Parts: sequence; C-alpha cells; structure tokens
Amino acid sequence: MTSTTAILREIAARLLSSGAVEMVIGFRQGTIPMMNEPCFVRKPDEVGHLVWDSHCGINLANYLTDRKEKIGIVAKGCDSRNVVTHILENKIRREQLVVIGVPCRGMADKRKIAMKCPGEILRVSETATAITAEGEGFSRTFEKADVLQHNCSLCIHRNPVIYDELAGDLVEEQQGVDRYADVRAVEEMTPERRWKYFEDLLAPCIRCYACRNACPLCYCPTCFVDESRPQWVGKGQDPIDVRTFHFLRAYHCAGRCTDCGACERACPVGINMRLFTKKLEKDCRELFDWEAGLSLEARPALDQYRPNDPNDFIR
Amino acid sequence: MRMLLIDRRAWEEGLKRAAGDYRLIGPVKEKEFHSFRPLAAGQLPDFAFQNSRLSPKHVIYPQTEPMFTYTLEETREDRHLLREVVRDIPPTAVVGIRPCDAKAFVLVRLNFDTPDVQDPYWLRAYEATTFIGLGCNAPCGSCFCTTAGCGPFHEEGLDLLLAETAEGFTAKVLTAKGEAFARAAGWTKPAPEGTEAALQELARAAEGRITSFVQTEHLKSIPVNDLYHAPFWDEVSFACINCGTCTYSCPTCWCFDIQDETRGKAGVRLKLWDSCMYPLFTLHGSGHNPRGTKLHRVRQRFLHKLKYFVEKYDRGIQCVGCGRCVRLCPVNIDIRRVCNMMNGYAVSGEACAIP
Repeated sequence: MTSTTAILREIAARLLSSGAVEMVIGFRQGTIPMMNEPCFVRKPDEVGHLVWDSHCGINLANYLTDRKEKIGIVAKGCDSRNVVTHILENKIRREQLVVIGVPCRGMADKRKIAMKCPGEILRVSETATAITAEGEGFSRTFEKADVLQHNCSLCIHRNPVIYDELAGDLVEEQQGVDRYADVRAVEEMTPERRWKYFEDLLAPCIRCYACRNACPLCYCPTCFVDESRPQWVGKGQDPIDVRTFHFLRAYHCAGRCTDCGACERACPVGINMRLFTKKLEKDCRELFDWEAGLSLEARPALDQYRPNDPNDFIR
Repeated sequence: MRMLLIDRRAWEEGLKRAAGDYRLIGPVKEKEFHSFRPLAAGQLPDFAFQNSRLSPKHVIYPQTEPMFTYTLEETREDRHLLREVVRDIPPTAVVGIRPCDAKAFVLVRLNFDTPDVQDPYWLRAYEATTFIGLGCNAPCGSCFCTTAGCGPFHEEGLDLLLAETAEGFTAKVLTAKGEAFARAAGWTKPAPEGTEAALQELARAAEGRITSFVQTEHLKSIPVNDLYHAPFWDEVSFACINCGTCTYSCPTCWCFDIQDETRGKAGVRLKLWDSCMYPLFTLHGSGHNPRGTKLHRVRQRFLHKLKYFVEKYDRGIQCVGCGRCVRLCPVNIDIRRVCNMMNGYAVSGEACAIP
C-alpha cells in the first residue's frame, strides 16, 4: 500500500464520518494489471477499497457531472483542472465538493509497458520511481519517467490547482517542457501529407466513442453524432464520418481541454486523438494566453471578448 | 476424424495453393496489435499472437454493411424500389481463428438463423466461410473460456483444428468443409498413430493454464426479477462511461441498427453494429428512453449475456470467455466479477430481502 493510499483512506473516512460528504469518488484496485476502476464509497468502513498508484489515469471529474450529493473527489492535477472547468460550466457547484488533491508524478502508459515486455504482463508493482512488470519467464523494471503516458511526461500542472485536503506533499512541477513538438511536426507538414497522416491516424477507429465518453468535457445530453433530427453525421465506417466525429469533438474541447489523456488512454485501438485537442490547446495558449482549468476566477478564452483579442485571421 | 501432419513447408505451400480456391483471412500485425485481415498473395498469417485485439466477427458481420440501394429519381424505372445489395462472398477461410471466436459464431447464429427468420447477409457469409482454428497453447491471464462453455482447443464451430508443434502443425479435420480445405491445400499426409492422444494432451495442458473462471450454475434458476432488482447495479455501473468498447470487441454481441444514408436522390440502407451501451439504442420516437440511465444500460448488457440468453436458448451464457471486454474496458468493468456476483446472488438468498 502506498502512503498516498493510506492518506486517502484516512481523509475519506474522516470526511464520511463527519458527514462533510455523502460519498467519496476515487479508484479501487483493478482486476487486471495496470487498471484501476473508478468507484465510490459511502461508508467509513468501506474506505479500504480506495487505492492510489500509477494506474489511476482515468479523469474522475467525469463522474461529477450533474450529481446532487456532497462529494469528496480524489483529484490529481489534471482532474482538479477539469473540476474547475466543471464548476465554471455549471456541471457541479464548488460548495458540493471537498477536493482531495493528490500531487501526481504521472500515470503509467500500459501500452508502452506492454510493448516493452516479451510476453503478457501478469503482475505489476511499483516504487516511487520504478515500475516492475512480470509475466511468465520475465521480469522487467522500468524507470517510471520512461513509461509515463505521453501527456503526463509533458505535464506542467502535476499539483492540484484547487484542493481542500491534500494526500501527500506537493511535488516539483516539471520545468522547460516542450509541450507541442508533436503538434508542430504536424503543422509543418504539407496539406497533402497532413491529410494522409490524419487518415492513417484515424483508420483503426471503430466509433466506440470511448474517447468522447472518457472525457469530462463531453457531457452534452445528446452528442452531435447522436442527433437524428437533423442527422449531422453518418454512423458507419465511412472515413468522412469518422473524421467529422474526431475533428468536431476536438473543436468542442477548444479552450477547455486540460490534456488529461483520458481519451487516448481509453481508446481500445491506440489512436492518439490528443494531437487534435493539443493543437487547439496550443492555439489558445498562443492567441489568448489561456490554459484551461487553472482558476475559478477567470472566464475561459472562448467565453469572453477582449478588445485586444487577436483578429488577424479576419480578412 | 482424420488427423493430418503439416510440416512448415507443406504449411506455406498449402496456403499458397488454397489461395487459388479461397479468399484467405488471418491474423496480421498492424502497428501494435493483431487483426484479422485478408491475406495478400503469398502472405502468411502471423501466429505470434495470443489473440487479435478485436474479435474477427467482422469477417461474417461487417461493422457497416449495405443491404439495399434506392433512388428517388422519378425518371428511373426502379425509382422507389429497394434493390438488394448482394455482397460478393467468395469461398473464404479464416486461418488461425481461436476456438473461442469460432464458438462465438455458433452462438450468434442462434440469433441470425431461426426457424422463423433468417438473416441472409449473415448466413451467406457464414456459409461461405471455413474456419481453420488454431489451438491456444498460451491463453491470456484474463481468458476464462473453460468456464464459459468453451476451451483453448474447443472444436465447436471449427472445420479444422490446428495444433502448433515444433515441426509445423497437426490438424484435426472436423467437417466436410475442413476436408475440402485440406484437399485444396494439398494436406494429405496422415498423422502417425497417437497424434490424437497428443492433441488431447496439449488441450489438457492448455486448459490447465487457464487461471481465470466464472461461476454460472445458478444463473438459470434465479428469478429474473430478483436479478433485475439486485442492489449491486449502482455499484457495478458507476464507473461505466457507456462507450461501445465491450460490445464492439465482443465476438458474441450481435445487435445492429439500420440507417438510410442519402446523397441527392440516391440512397443506401445500411446495417450497422449498434451497442446497448449507447443511449440512442433504445431512444423512442416520442423522446422517451426506457433505458435512460447508464445503470439501465449496464444491467441490460449483463442480463442479456448472463440471464436472458441463458433462459431463452438453454445453451449456457452468451460469452465464450475470450476476455477482450475485460482487457479493453477503459474503466475496468469486469464481466467475470459481475457474473460471479449475479450467480452468487441466488445462493446468498439476499434476493428475498428485496421488496
């Protein structure tokens, strides 16, 4: 049991016992290696279910949408930014929440680890800086920094931006990170090459919508792809429909995405759709000096007009 | 049953020969994982896999399948008529399908081939296809086939079963279709005495490597309403994000939607995979949705696979234990856990406590 787990349980038990919250949303131990399951606990004697390790990559802000209870929410840096975004977008009220912040050192990329192992991984353990994966006839230990989810390796907000409780000491933020090298590489392509690149990127998509549904931003009661009157998008495997879904979804996340990586993590066929949202994140940063979810006081870039907003693109 | 011996050379040459008579489909590694794809001329199926990431159900049941075309062009004689699209399905062989995935087609057939209604699209493809199974010597840790009515060398749904050996393969011919394929491939060398016993030994050893199980014995007898009203659905469904990963990766999920797509005055009617996880799946024209919450939808998925199917067909659960949904669920909802909860619910007698 990591010390973070112990602290989380202590905080959860205290909040539930005192009646400060009706439920705590966190993670419980998964049933397969490198997977934990989002869960809730309602009673102090159930807090033993809660765990914390490098496999808590799903964004728990997703589970707050329109809930009515008083909730203790376990939140790493990105989750906390999406909690802020949820509050700004009226999907939950600040007064309903006790944010249990978890300073984060990044989440493990289960695919990256699997690809570095010679067989099926049956057991995984970790220390503060290393992850060991074992299977039949092999054991591999990796520096955690080498097997982080891509978004985590680029993260500059590992500490929760809002919190009422803290499950561990704040961590040092990564400095001098080049967050957009991959986006620049795509920007530099010729249009033809870029189009081909996107075609290849999206070719394996099966329209399962795991990316959309794992995303805390995608809470529309009816997504545009599910509208039937009128129907905007076909439902089959036509590449135009597949692209329409991915491109439009990305634009709906403009100025809101925190690059938590839940979409990429959820994808069953390994598509890096974060490239699209990161491009918009980069634009928001360059055009409006805006990063999503950092403050409850500031209105989002696309929510606010400023006389000095860049308008060079209007001709 | 005839047992054949196929060495590496006969294997490669046999597939080349069979490619003259069959469209060959097999596991192919694309980027990070294996998929079942048509094999190019001379391309061999890549058996360095435990199983394909997604199931091969698309071979028989494409995710998007045109059923009819139509035109509203008034000058055309065939205006306002639905014209059937007949998919050209040459004799096909799926080479290297795992026994679980072949058994899954047997279960899916119960839905698409009934005394009253036959789905010609599914049946034409199924009947044109020969299933060359590959016994599973190294099942995944999340495979639970042996308690899901299947097994690593299960024969149901296969036409020919291969077992990989040091020299190549031994093959057990199971049906006339399998016999025809072996003939087309020129695989005629009989396996020596004792090969069948060796195959059984391999199967036993593989079964022994299965480490994951489900309990299903009470699912049939426990009253459906008790399970429906069981108190655990809130907890089971909490993490679910209602994506279609479990249903789309499942070899036994068969639900589909029908959509018309039009362009100008021409249109096509499509049969498309659908998922009970999607809110739209049950949305009525009135706007009412009888499965309006994720609890409803998650419960439906598990009750269908583990209760309604069991009652309706008396053929066990609608699951072959391939473990894909367990491995791919983004939030780790695990059918093994839910199955055991449902099965145990009857035994514990808690059902009585539900008003």
